[in-house]
Amino acid sequence: MVDQSAVGHRFTPVTAHVEPGRLRYFLDTLGDGNPVYRDAAAAKADGYAGVPVPPTYLFCLEMLDNQKPFEFLTALDIDLGRVLHGEQSFVYHAPVVVGDTLTFSPRVVSVVDKKGGAMTLIVVETAVTNQDGVHVADTARTIVVRNGSPS
Amino acid sequence: MTHTNNSPAVGDRVVHKQFLPISRHRLALYCGASGDHNPIHVDIDFAKASGFPDVFSHGMLVMGYLGQALSDAFPPDRIRAFSTRFAAITQVGAELTCEGTVAELFEVGGERRARLALTTKDQHGETKLAGEAVVAL
Repeated sequence: MVDQSAVGHRFTPVTAHVEPGRLRYFLDTLGDGNPVYRDAAAAKADGYAGVPVPPTYLFCLEMLDNQKPFEFLTALDIDLGRVLHGEQSFVYHAPVVVGDTLTFSPRVVSVVDKKGGAMTLIVVETAVTNQDGVHVADTARTIVVRNGSPS
Repeated sequence: MTHTNNSPAVGDRVVHKQFLPISRHRLALYCGASGDHNPIHVDIDFAKASGFPDVFSHGMLVMGYLGQALSDAFPPDRIRAFSTRFAAITQVGAELTCEGTVAELFEVGGERRARLALTTKDQHGETKLAGEAVVAL
Protein backbone atom coordinates (compact mmCIF):
# COMPACT_ATOMS: atom_id res chain seq x y z
CA MET A 1 0.00 0.00 0.00
CA VAL A 2 1.20 3.46 -0.87
CA ASP A 3 1.08 5.73 2.15
CA GLN A 4 1.27 9.44 2.89
CA SER A 5 5.05 9.32 3.09
CA ALA A 6 5.05 9.35 -0.72
CA VAL A 7 3.60 12.89 -0.78
CA GLY A 8 6.29 15.34 -1.82
CA HIS A 9 8.36 12.62 -3.49
CA ARG A 10 10.13 14.03 -6.56
CA PHE A 11 11.07 11.83 -9.46
CA THR A 12 14.13 12.26 -11.66
CA PRO A 13 13.53 15.17 -14.05
CA VAL A 14 13.15 14.10 -17.69
CA THR A 15 14.72 15.99 -20.59
CA ALA A 16 12.73 15.47 -23.81
CA HIS A 17 13.31 16.61 -27.37
CA VAL A 18 10.37 17.52 -29.58
CA GLU A 19 11.32 15.64 -32.74
CA PRO A 20 9.32 15.87 -36.00
CA GLY A 21 9.61 12.17 -36.90
CA ARG A 22 8.25 10.90 -33.61
CA LEU A 23 5.49 13.52 -33.73
CA ARG A 24 4.55 12.31 -37.22
CA TYR A 25 4.36 8.71 -35.94
CA PHE A 26 2.03 9.86 -33.14
CA LEU A 27 -0.16 11.70 -35.68
CA ASP A 28 -0.24 8.67 -37.99
CA THR A 29 -1.16 6.40 -35.08
CA LEU A 30 -4.15 8.62 -34.28
CA GLY A 31 -5.00 9.31 -37.92
CA ASP A 32 -4.57 13.04 -37.34
CA GLY A 33 -4.21 14.81 -40.71
CA ASN A 34 -4.18 18.39 -39.38
CA PRO A 35 -1.47 20.11 -41.51
CA VAL A 36 -0.47 22.51 -38.72
CA TYR A 37 1.26 19.58 -36.93
CA ARG A 38 3.03 18.29 -40.05
CA ASP A 39 4.04 21.22 -42.21
CA ALA A 40 6.39 23.94 -40.95
CA ALA A 41 5.29 26.31 -43.70
CA ALA A 42 1.61 25.81 -42.84
CA ALA A 43 2.37 26.39 -39.16
CA LYS A 44 4.32 29.58 -39.89
CA ALA A 45 1.55 30.81 -42.18
CA ASP A 46 -0.83 30.38 -39.25
CA GLY A 47 1.41 32.49 -37.04
CA TYR A 48 3.27 29.77 -35.13
CA ALA A 49 6.99 30.09 -34.35
CA GLY A 50 7.32 26.43 -35.36
CA VAL A 51 5.27 23.26 -35.68
CA PRO A 52 3.09 23.05 -32.54
CA VAL A 53 2.34 19.80 -30.69
CA PRO A 54 -1.11 18.25 -30.16
CA PRO A 55 -2.86 18.80 -26.80
CA THR A 56 -1.92 15.46 -25.19
CA TYR A 57 1.56 15.10 -26.67
CA LEU A 58 3.35 16.44 -23.58
CA PHE A 59 2.37 13.23 -21.82
CA CYS A 60 4.10 11.19 -24.54
CA LEU A 61 7.23 13.31 -24.49
CA GLU A 62 7.60 12.72 -20.77
CA MET A 63 7.42 8.95 -21.34
CA LEU A 64 9.41 8.73 -24.61
CA ASP A 65 12.62 10.27 -23.35
CA ASN A 66 12.37 8.90 -19.83
CA GLN A 67 15.27 6.61 -18.95
CA LYS A 68 13.01 4.97 -16.35
CA PRO A 69 9.42 5.47 -17.58
CA PHE A 70 7.90 3.46 -14.74
CA GLU A 71 10.10 4.96 -12.04
CA PHE A 72 7.03 6.22 -10.22
CA LEU A 73 5.85 2.62 -9.84
CA THR A 74 9.13 1.10 -8.73
CA ALA A 75 9.87 4.03 -6.40
CA LEU A 76 6.50 3.55 -4.71
CA ASP A 77 6.64 -0.28 -4.93
CA ILE A 78 3.52 -0.59 -7.12
CA ASP A 79 2.94 -3.54 -9.44
CA LEU A 80 2.41 -2.38 -13.05
CA GLY A 81 -0.60 -4.68 -13.53
CA ARG A 82 -2.47 -2.94 -10.71
CA VAL A 83 -2.52 0.60 -12.02
CA LEU A 84 -5.10 2.43 -14.07
CA HIS A 85 -5.07 5.99 -15.32
CA GLY A 86 -7.80 7.85 -13.44
CA GLU A 87 -7.55 11.47 -14.59
CA GLN A 88 -5.25 13.64 -16.68
CA SER A 89 -4.99 17.39 -17.03
CA PHE A 90 -2.90 19.87 -18.96
CA VAL A 91 -2.60 23.62 -18.45
CA TYR A 92 -0.77 25.36 -21.29
CA HIS A 93 1.15 28.55 -20.43
CA ALA A 94 3.34 29.09 -23.51
CA PRO A 95 3.83 27.50 -26.95
CA VAL A 96 5.74 24.24 -27.42
CA VAL A 97 7.09 23.64 -30.93
CA VAL A 98 9.17 21.06 -32.78
CA GLY A 99 12.81 21.61 -31.95
CA ASP A 100 12.20 22.53 -28.32
CA THR A 101 13.94 20.71 -25.49
CA LEU A 102 11.66 20.32 -22.50
CA THR A 103 12.33 19.45 -18.89
CA PHE A 104 9.64 17.59 -16.96
CA SER A 105 9.80 17.74 -13.15
CA PRO A 106 7.24 15.37 -11.59
CA ARG A 107 6.30 15.16 -7.92
CA VAL A 108 3.66 13.34 -5.87
CA VAL A 109 1.15 15.86 -4.51
CA SER A 110 -1.48 13.59 -2.91
CA VAL A 111 -2.20 10.02 -1.86
CA VAL A 112 -5.81 9.16 -0.96
CA ASP A 113 -7.31 5.77 -0.12
CA LYS A 114 -10.78 5.03 -1.52
CA LYS A 115 -13.40 2.34 -0.96
CA GLY A 116 -12.03 1.26 2.39
CA GLY A 117 -8.52 0.89 1.01
CA ALA A 118 -9.51 -1.18 -2.02
CA MET A 119 -7.90 1.48 -4.15
CA THR A 120 -5.44 4.31 -3.71
CA LEU A 121 -5.43 7.47 -5.83
CA ILE A 122 -2.02 9.04 -6.37
CA VAL A 123 -1.76 12.47 -7.97
CA VAL A 124 1.51 13.36 -9.71
CA GLU A 125 1.97 16.94 -10.92
CA THR A 126 4.63 17.80 -13.47
CA ALA A 127 5.98 21.26 -14.24
CA VAL A 128 7.28 21.60 -17.80
CA THR A 129 9.90 24.16 -18.83
CA ASN A 130 11.63 24.73 -22.16
CA GLN A 131 15.27 25.30 -23.15
CA ASP A 132 14.94 29.01 -22.33
CA GLY A 133 13.62 28.33 -18.84
CA VAL A 134 10.07 29.33 -19.82
CA HIS A 135 7.42 27.53 -17.79
CA VAL A 136 5.36 26.19 -20.72
CA ALA A 137 2.87 23.86 -19.03
CA ASP A 138 1.70 22.00 -15.95
CA THR A 139 0.35 18.50 -16.21
CA ALA A 140 -1.29 16.30 -13.59
CA ARG A 141 -2.11 12.62 -13.65
CA THR A 142 -4.15 10.61 -11.20
CA ILE A 143 -3.00 7.01 -10.91
CA VAL A 144 -5.47 4.49 -9.54
CA VAL A 145 -3.83 1.59 -7.71
CA ARG A 146 -6.04 -1.48 -7.27
CA ASN A 147 -5.02 -2.91 -3.90
CA GLY A 148 -7.12 -6.07 -4.01
CA SER A 149 -5.42 -9.45 -3.98
CA PRO A 150 -4.78 -10.94 -7.42
CA SER A 151 -7.24 -13.69 -8.32
CA MET B 1 -11.78 25.68 -37.74
CA THR B 2 -14.90 27.52 -38.75
CA HIS B 3 -15.32 31.18 -37.97
CA THR B 4 -18.48 30.37 -36.02
CA ASN B 5 -16.14 29.08 -33.31
CA ASN B 6 -15.12 32.69 -32.70
CA SER B 7 -18.49 33.58 -31.24
CA PRO B 8 -20.26 30.46 -29.99
CA ALA B 9 -23.18 30.52 -27.58
CA VAL B 10 -23.59 28.46 -24.41
CA GLY B 11 -25.00 25.08 -25.42
CA ASP B 12 -23.52 25.09 -28.93
CA ARG B 13 -21.94 21.83 -30.00
CA VAL B 14 -18.54 22.98 -31.26
CA VAL B 15 -16.59 19.70 -31.17
CA HIS B 16 -17.71 16.55 -32.94
CA LYS B 17 -15.64 13.77 -34.47
CA GLN B 18 -16.02 10.03 -34.96
CA PHE B 19 -13.16 7.56 -35.14
CA LEU B 20 -12.58 4.12 -36.60
CA PRO B 21 -12.75 1.10 -34.25
CA ILE B 22 -9.67 0.70 -32.04
CA SER B 23 -7.73 -2.35 -33.23
CA ARG B 24 -5.07 -4.34 -31.41
CA HIS B 25 -2.63 -3.05 -34.00
CA ARG B 26 -3.54 0.53 -33.02
CA LEU B 27 -2.76 -0.26 -29.38
CA ALA B 28 0.65 -1.64 -30.38
CA LEU B 29 1.37 1.45 -32.47
CA TYR B 30 0.33 3.70 -29.59
CA CYS B 31 2.82 1.97 -27.27
CA GLY B 32 5.58 3.12 -29.58
CA ALA B 33 4.04 6.51 -30.31
CA SER B 34 3.58 7.39 -26.65
CA GLY B 35 6.46 5.62 -24.94
CA ASP B 36 3.88 3.96 -22.67
CA HIS B 37 4.90 0.31 -22.93
CA ASN B 38 2.67 -1.03 -20.17
CA PRO B 39 2.04 -4.62 -21.42
CA ILE B 40 -1.55 -4.49 -20.15
CA HIS B 41 -2.44 -2.78 -23.47
CA VAL B 42 -0.92 -5.37 -25.82
CA ASP B 43 -0.13 -8.61 -23.99
CA ILE B 44 -3.28 -10.64 -23.33
CA ASP B 45 -1.42 -13.01 -20.96
CA PHE B 46 -0.31 -10.08 -18.84
CA ALA B 47 -3.82 -8.56 -18.92
CA LYS B 48 -5.39 -11.84 -17.77
CA ALA B 49 -2.81 -12.29 -15.02
CA SER B 50 -3.78 -8.78 -13.86
CA GLY B 51 -7.47 -9.75 -13.63
CA PHE B 52 -8.76 -8.37 -16.96
CA PRO B 53 -10.46 -10.46 -19.67
CA ASP B 54 -8.47 -8.85 -22.49
CA VAL B 55 -6.08 -6.03 -23.27
CA PHE B 56 -7.66 -2.57 -23.33
CA SER B 57 -6.85 0.87 -24.66
CA HIS B 58 -4.43 3.30 -23.13
CA GLY B 59 -6.51 6.07 -21.58
CA MET B 60 -4.17 8.50 -23.28
CA LEU B 61 -4.97 7.08 -26.71
CA VAL B 62 -8.62 7.86 -26.05
CA MET B 63 -7.69 11.31 -24.74
CA GLY B 64 -5.51 11.72 -27.83
CA TYR B 65 -8.57 11.20 -30.02
CA LEU B 66 -10.50 13.73 -27.96
CA GLY B 67 -7.58 16.14 -28.28
CA GLN B 68 -7.65 15.67 -32.04
CA ALA B 69 -11.39 16.45 -32.15
CA LEU B 70 -10.71 19.51 -29.98
CA SER B 71 -7.83 20.86 -32.06
CA ASP B 72 -9.76 20.27 -35.31
CA ALA B 73 -12.21 22.83 -33.91
CA PHE B 74 -9.82 25.16 -32.05
CA PRO B 75 -6.19 25.62 -33.12
CA PRO B 76 -3.66 24.36 -30.55
CA ASP B 77 -2.42 27.85 -29.68
CA ARG B 78 -5.93 28.73 -28.49
CA ILE B 79 -6.26 25.78 -26.11
CA ARG B 80 -5.51 27.01 -22.60
CA ALA B 81 -6.35 23.88 -20.59
CA PHE B 82 -7.56 20.35 -21.24
CA SER B 83 -8.49 17.73 -18.66
CA THR B 84 -10.34 14.44 -18.53
CA ARG B 85 -11.51 11.79 -16.13
CA PHE B 86 -11.21 8.23 -17.43
CA ALA B 87 -14.71 7.02 -16.61
CA ALA B 88 -14.53 3.49 -17.99
CA ILE B 89 -12.08 1.11 -19.65
CA THR B 90 -12.11 1.35 -23.45
CA GLN B 91 -12.20 -2.10 -25.03
CA VAL B 92 -10.66 -3.33 -28.27
CA GLY B 93 -13.11 -2.59 -31.08
CA ALA B 94 -14.53 0.54 -29.46
CA GLU B 95 -15.87 3.04 -32.00
CA LEU B 96 -15.41 6.40 -30.34
CA THR B 97 -17.35 9.60 -30.82
CA CYS B 98 -15.95 12.78 -29.29
CA GLU B 99 -18.18 15.76 -28.59
CA GLY B 100 -17.89 19.13 -26.93
CA THR B 101 -20.42 21.79 -26.08
CA VAL B 102 -19.95 25.30 -24.74
CA ALA B 103 -20.62 25.26 -20.99
CA GLU B 104 -19.56 28.81 -20.11
CA LEU B 105 -18.30 32.00 -21.71
CA PHE B 106 -15.99 34.24 -19.68
CA GLU B 107 -13.06 36.62 -19.91
CA VAL B 108 -9.58 36.52 -18.37
CA GLY B 109 -7.21 39.47 -18.72
CA GLY B 110 -9.17 40.80 -21.68
CA GLU B 111 -9.17 37.43 -23.46
CA ARG B 112 -12.57 35.96 -24.31
CA ARG B 113 -12.68 32.30 -23.42
CA ALA B 114 -15.06 29.37 -23.55
CA ARG B 115 -15.22 26.43 -21.21
CA LEU B 116 -16.19 23.31 -23.14
CA ALA B 117 -17.79 20.20 -21.66
CA LEU B 118 -16.27 17.21 -23.46
CA THR B 119 -17.24 13.56 -23.73
CA THR B 120 -15.98 10.50 -25.51
CA LYS B 121 -18.51 7.66 -25.89
CA ASP B 122 -18.33 4.27 -27.55
CA GLN B 123 -20.83 2.79 -30.02
CA HIS B 124 -23.03 1.65 -27.12
CA GLY B 125 -23.25 5.18 -25.73
CA GLU B 126 -21.06 4.38 -22.74
CA THR B 127 -19.03 7.38 -21.57
CA LYS B 128 -15.32 6.58 -21.64
CA LEU B 129 -13.96 10.05 -20.96
CA ALA B 130 -15.60 13.09 -19.43
CA GLY B 131 -13.61 16.25 -19.45
CA GLU B 132 -13.36 19.90 -20.19
CA ALA B 133 -11.24 22.37 -22.06
CA VAL B 134 -10.75 26.10 -21.89
CA VAL B 135 -10.19 27.77 -25.25
CA ALA B 136 -9.52 31.35 -26.29
CA LEU B 137 -12.08 32.69 -28.75
